[in-house]
Amino acid sequence: MVQNIIDVRNLSKSFDISSKEPGLKGTIKHFFKRQTKSLKVIKDINFEIKEGEIVGFLGANGAGKTTILKMLCGLIYPSEGSILVSGYLPFRRKENFLKNITLIMGQKQQLIWDLPPIESFYLNASIYDLDKFEAKKRIKKLSEMLEIDEELFIPVRKLSLGQRMKSELLAALIHEPNILFLDEPTLGLDINAQSNLRKFLQKYNKENNATICLTSHYMKDITSLCKRVICVHEGAISYDGKLDLLLKKLSPVKEILIICRSEEDAIKLGNSGFTVKNKIKNEITIKIENNSITSSLKTILNNFDIEDLFINEPPIDEVIGKVLIKKDYDI
Amino acid sequence: MNLRKYLKVYKKFLHTSLASELEYKTNILVDLITAILSLVGSIFLLSIFFQNNGYIGGWKFEQALIIQAIYTILNGITNTWFNPNLTEIVKHIREGTLDFVILKPIDSQFFISLKKINPSGFLEIMLGFFLLLFCIKINQINLSLSFLSLSLITISCSICILYSLWFFISTTTIWFVKTWNAIEVLRSFLYIGRFPLNSFSLSLRVFFSIFIPIAFITTIPSEVFLGLSQLWEILLEVIVASVFFITSRKFWLFALKFYSSASS
Repeated sequence: MVQNIIDVRNLSKSFDISSKEPGLKGTIKHFFKRQTKSLKVIKDINFEIKEGEIVGFLGANGAGKTTILKMLCGLIYPSEGSILVSGYLPFRRKENFLKNITLIMGQKQQLIWDLPPIESFYLNASIYDLDKFEAKKRIKKLSEMLEIDEELFIPVRKLSLGQRMKSELLAALIHEPNILFLDEPTLGLDINAQSNLRKFLQKYNKENNATICLTSHYMKDITSLCKRVICVHEGAISYDGKLDLLLKKLSPVKEILIICRSEEDAIKLGNSGFTVKNKIKNEITIKIENNSITSSLKTILNNFDIEDLFINEPPIDEVIGKVLIKKDYDI
Repeated sequence: MNLRKYLKVYKKFLHTSLASELEYKTNILVDLITAILSLVGSIFLLSIFFQNNGYIGGWKFEQALIIQAIYTILNGITNTWFNPNLTEIVKHIREGTLDFVILKPIDSQFFISLKKINPSGFLEIMLGFFLLLFCIKINQINLSLSFLSLSLITISCSICILYSLWFFISTTTIWFVKTWNAIEVLRSFLYIGRFPLNSFSLSLRVFFSIFIPIAFITTIPSEVFLGLSQLWEILLEVIVASVFFITSRKFWLFALKFYSSASS
């Protein structure tokens, strides 16, 4: 049986936030007397993650995804509740715990700006107590997986965003951690760079049985990497389960565009009991529930003269977008 | 603490920061010229003060020059290590890159205090030492083992006090986010350390001994050089340095509990 590597119980986090009224009067008032209030950004959440799982955290901006990730890796202290990651309390930041995890943030960088990435890799290797031979071996292996070579010897400031992100990944993985926390790792990357990064993460997960917690606003990252998603809405978990179940729940029908041989056939099809979305001449778009697609298509092909048909999946971004604004999903 | 690992990491820090700085040759050259001009300017200013009156606060010009030498060494240390690292703390906290530091299996205070060096500060340290050697000669100071040990202890304590004060102020960034001004105030106070403590009024002497211990930073090591120091003063400096260092350390560990990281 696969063991839980992350165990979160009744976790809450509050921040003191100061607010300011607009205008000069508000500014002066704010300078002398700050109005602060405690804001609960994470509200009593519970979940477990198994070893080797890739879990995507979904939610709108400010929903609390990054705060959860930061508490899981031990950057910030929880206000209430408990977290166990690989048997450790993350916020104690024990050396063995830190050697087992990594945090990669798409919008922050740790590489030394004026030097080639290779210098940062060797610096990190010494921090993780790796000898030169071992460091060299790991850099070679990871750079092959990431398909970077010459870039390792060019100053970071001269690298493209994609090359920089690959180097950031290498710097963050040189100690071969088993738990990866990724906060929008593909932010700002072009389509090819995003795709390469996803392939690399899949490979790393497979080869190292690594657990990956990922937040991303690019749905392709989530759909191609995560079987399980945790949806966060205003600091609470609105859904925790399989991604395909969520998609079925959110999008129970598919749209079928049918091109009939004649307009008469299209009219006949429109009157045969299907939900019609629209009809233009001999082209008709109908909606069919996911669970009856096969039988419905069989009926249509047997009874009508069809020239062609297309099954349209609703855009994933549109479907997931519904998650970001809804409080609860019971599946 | 694994000393071998820390030495290895420090060697890497030296290598990477030197390599980074050497990318910008002109900048280093300008820094070197600034260090020389700054020392010449300070000695000129000091000589003006002593022009009409041979003594200030009971100190001769030749004796006051020792304070200037110690100040130059300390300023060199400040420019080599404290300035590039401790001012970065504010940036790390404001931009949230402290995340990468505290998630490394290494002491975070060690990392952020020593990661960078500014090689041009070395020249200032060397100039300070040359000036000190010159002062030893003109003040006819006898070099003995006890004298060298006491000098080393007091100068080390001065470095420790200066570092702890600076680090303490930088740490408050975790709550106040922006503390550049406080660091500038500290630097301004350090300029005062170029003059003998006795040249100030009693109230200022008390202030610079208790609240901002400038007295401990330059005056006491200078007194050691002139054979004017009392044992209790040296002991007091050791105690003050230890208290300052331990407090700054505890304060850093305490402050990290309140670190909320910058939003992404």
